[in-house]
Amino acid sequence: MILTNIESIPGKNIIEHYGLVQGSTIRAKHVGRDLMAGLKNIVGGELKGYTELMKEARQQASDRMVEQAQELGADAIINIRFTTTSVSQGAAEMLAYGTAVRFG
Amino acid sequence: MEPQPHSQDSFIITLIVVIIYASPFLILFATYFIGRSIEKNHYKSIKEREDNWTHIPASTGKDLSGMPPVVSAELAVGSVVISVDRFKRWLSGIRNIFGGEMKSYSSVIDRGRREAILRMKEACPEADMFVNCRIMTSTISNGKGKAIGCSEVLAYATAVRFQQTDE
Repeated sequence: MILTNIESIPGKNIIEHYGLVQGSTIRAKHVGRDLMAGLKNIVGGELKGYTELMKEARQQASDRMVEQAQELGADAIINIRFTTTSVSQGAAEMLAYGTAVRFG
Repeated sequence: MEPQPHSQDSFIITLIVVIIYASPFLILFATYFIGRSIEKNHYKSIKEREDNWTHIPASTGKDLSGMPPVVSAELAVGSVVISVDRFKRWLSGIRNIFGGEMKSYSSVIDRGRREAILRMKEACPEADMFVNCRIMTSTISNGKGKAIGCSEVLAYATAVRFQQTDE
């Protein structure tokens, strides 16, 4: 599966479009991470626990998107976009969407 | 020798009371110094790594005409969650009264953004160029009350590798 965020796959010809595919996940942080992040928040800087959390969530969202594309019989997803929304205090939604295509 | 221990006692009690009442300010100033040293170290590491990565350009455009044939393309993602220290938050409260640029906050977001771009590049070290680079910032929580105020910066691009020309 080739993933790009431009309208084409450089060096390849797209022969079929399958339309929009998307994957999303809503993740909440857990108490242990929250405690450490709360302490780190006093002095500022990177919150590594949260960075990991967001990374995992984004990976899951894009895995779901890839799964959906595979079901359609696509072998690449082009024009991928990511969005993040905070649903409530402490929970975030990740959405990844793109166009599933097949190249020759 | 009777009043000696008594005055010492009252001195200690006064000291404790002063410490209790002054502790928010003491913490504030402690976070100022710790936060500043963290920021300084972070900027130092960002600058070092940026020097290492300047040979691979990241561009917001997606036009590849005039470039050698592309061998492979893949998605590169880098992200960071960053928060501000107590002192800067307090400073921003004052800034909110008078208005103007919040320099203390812009340096934090600037750090996050540059870190995210560097992580994106580090995710695909064998690439020759990053095209269609997009940067997105989202607030996870605004830090009101007991909530932790932090924002996430995400950078993503398509990493392309060109066909190597034999010279």
